[in-house]
Amino acid sequence: MKHVRKNLLALAAATACMTIGHAAFADELSIMASGGAWQDAQRKAWFEPFSKETGVKILEQEYLGDLGKVKAMVDTGNVPIDLVTVETATVLQGCDAGILERLDYSKIGPRDKFIEGSALDCGVGLDAYGDILAYDPTVLKDAPTSVLDLFDTTKFPGKRAMRKFPAQNLEWALMADGVAPADIYKVLATPEGVDRAFKKLDTIKKDIVWWDAGAQPAQLLASKEVVMTTAWNGRIQNAIDTDGKPFKIVWNNQILEYDMIAIPKGAKSPDLAYKYLAYISEPKNNAKLASYITYGPVRTDAASFVAPDALPKLPNAPDHLSGAYLVADTEFWGDYGEDLVKRFNAWLAQ
Amino acid sequence: MSALQPSDLDRPALARGRSAAADTDLKSVSAALRRAEFGDRLRSLALAAPLLVLLALSFGIPIVLLLSRAVYDPTIAEALPKTTAALADWNGQGQPGDAALAALAADLSDNQAKGTAYELAKSINARLPGARSQVLKTVRKLENAGGQPPLDIMKSVPFWTAPGTWPAIASGTHRLTSFYLLSALDLRWNADGGIERVPPEQAIFLQVFMRTFFVAAAVTLATLLLGFPLAYLISSVPKGLAAILIVAVLLPFWTSILVRTAAWTVLLQKFGLVNDLLLWLGVGSDRLDLMYSRMGLIIAMTHIQLPFTLLPIYSVMRTIQPSQMKAAYSLGARPFTAFRRVYLPQVFPGVMAGCLLTFILCLGYYITPALIGGASDQLISNFIANYVNVELNWEMAAALSFILLVFTLALFGIFARILGFDRLKLV
Repeated sequence: MKHVRKNLLALAAATACMTIGHAAFADELSIMASGGAWQDAQRKAWFEPFSKETGVKILEQEYLGDLGKVKAMVDTGNVPIDLVTVETATVLQGCDAGILERLDYSKIGPRDKFIEGSALDCGVGLDAYGDILAYDPTVLKDAPTSVLDLFDTTKFPGKRAMRKFPAQNLEWALMADGVAPADIYKVLATPEGVDRAFKKLDTIKKDIVWWDAGAQPAQLLASKEVVMTTAWNGRIQNAIDTDGKPFKIVWNNQILEYDMIAIPKGAKSPDLAYKYLAYISEPKNNAKLASYITYGPVRTDAASFVAPDALPKLPNAPDHLSGAYLVADTEFWGDYGEDLVKRFNAWLAQ
Repeated sequence: MSALQPSDLDRPALARGRSAAADTDLKSVSAALRRAEFGDRLRSLALAAPLLVLLALSFGIPIVLLLSRAVYDPTIAEALPKTTAALADWNGQGQPGDAALAALAADLSDNQAKGTAYELAKSINARLPGARSQVLKTVRKLENAGGQPPLDIMKSVPFWTAPGTWPAIASGTHRLTSFYLLSALDLRWNADGGIERVPPEQAIFLQVFMRTFFVAAAVTLATLLLGFPLAYLISSVPKGLAAILIVAVLLPFWTSILVRTAAWTVLLQKFGLVNDLLLWLGVGSDRLDLMYSRMGLIIAMTHIQLPFTLLPIYSVMRTIQPSQMKAAYSLGARPFTAFRRVYLPQVFPGVMAGCLLTFILCLGYYITPALIGGASDQLISNFIANYVNVELNWEMAAALSFILLVFTLALFGIFARILGFDRLKLV
């Protein structure tokens, strides 16, 4: 039920792939990313400089992150892409299912120089982003101070938008119910904990508008359809910086996550793919993305390369980690994701 | 007795002889005709063959293959050959014993070596929620055994001796399975071999099927109420004006469904045109939540489906002579009686065809509910897409598709039976 636009785009991409697949020759690298402001930023920070430096032509495709497309490619043995950007939980799913290649870090860079949890067996981190709360101060006079204000419908009446996915929402529900950030995943691993999270979500269910695609939160805020929304910080910052929207970001109780990139099984140019991974994993290059979208580097030694004006807007900037925050537990979502997604969908439909 | 005269007795024989000859002629003529017709038919079939082959290859076979996943799932049987053998003489009661446990341990290690452990874990998980992590955990333990006997490792994971585990595995070792079809109807096998409803927090699909049928029926009714008078108007105005009206109907029909859906999101949103207009007219004092609601969904779908209902009705109305109504009036019928007894029976096949077309198309709606509907307005296609794209559970998607297909065909069958196929006038 997710991602209609994505599917249409993917259909277009698939058609494009067929033609590209036949015409592919040695120095072309096909990358499928999830579009929008994020892909624009990757183009400026990585695709174009990499092309210039190596002479490798980058063919871009778009999708919004559902593994079904990649599985179909791998199953049919016709894999027209060399690299695909994915979410962390999806990396684990794809790794277990044998859809993604296990990476050889000797061809990429020192694994211990990545932030913990951002260098996985089948996916290497691209950037760190925050799941945050955004609002429009011209609509909401009373400023929310924490993401957990989502659950306060008396102080902040009106619709709120949340991602149509159990991850983050269940964590926030437990936090709002008084569970300390350190215990969230321990509680969520028990059936009682899951019940407790859903019970908390029940209290605001009728006030929630659900979003699928990363570009939607900013649209929902702009059209005043909702008074507040959860979002990926870069998308909101993009709306503020380039579209001049008056939105504000609430960092307190944000959830930190990593974007990943992976090689699908059966990719035609794995050597070029590794070359690209090594390129973007260099600290200097890894830090470059922050100049185009406010997502932070994943290399621990990249902080000094981040442009000074970009630094304060990053989710892992010191100021934004001064309040409560949670680092998403990818292992947990790898283990329980499937069951929780099912439960979440049943809960939504009821 | 002179020359033989044909007697009364002979006459029938003669007649018989004659008719036999005529029969033979007729037969040979009709045989020749059949031969000629057969040749013609063969030629026309040959002309249509590329299309038929294309349809079979790109449409028929893939659909059958995909739908067969709903009942044919060999994953567990193929992944657990030793366990399957060990379970052969298990009666399904209690625990199957150490031999089966050891066989399972061996099978799990084989799967890990072949890289199919995940597929297996996922398949068992579909039958037994929570099994996925248990299987993978056991596989990892077996891999790092360090000399510990596999049987001890199996026994150290309580999951493998829990009550529900072995019946689920045993049911999975059958290649043909009713599991997915039952799940698609919110049913499951219970421990005693009977069929029961799943617990309420897991039951979704019956509700979603009902919702899909309700939305389809509501949209069909709305298009009929809007389309019938409009079709009548188009069929009764002068040709030039009718052409303009038809273009007005067809113009949105030619526009991409995605564009029309997006346009409706602009119109229906909280600070959109519809709400502005209602507020300006003073209809309500508050802005309505039309987006992400059932109401908005039905409005948008009605707009998209209107031409599908209208065109068959219009095509039938066009063939009805206005003189018939005049004749009815001249014979003393009041307008309503004339409409009911002369006009309506003639347009009825068109009305049924239009409604059927719209109803069946609505059952498969996907884009519009996803963009305009809220979480509780998602139709069955949205769930099918989710199982295909996000959860990678194609068996479940196949089962839901199969049930939707059966419902649709049954409905089509009922309509066809009431009306007769030849009376269904689809444009």
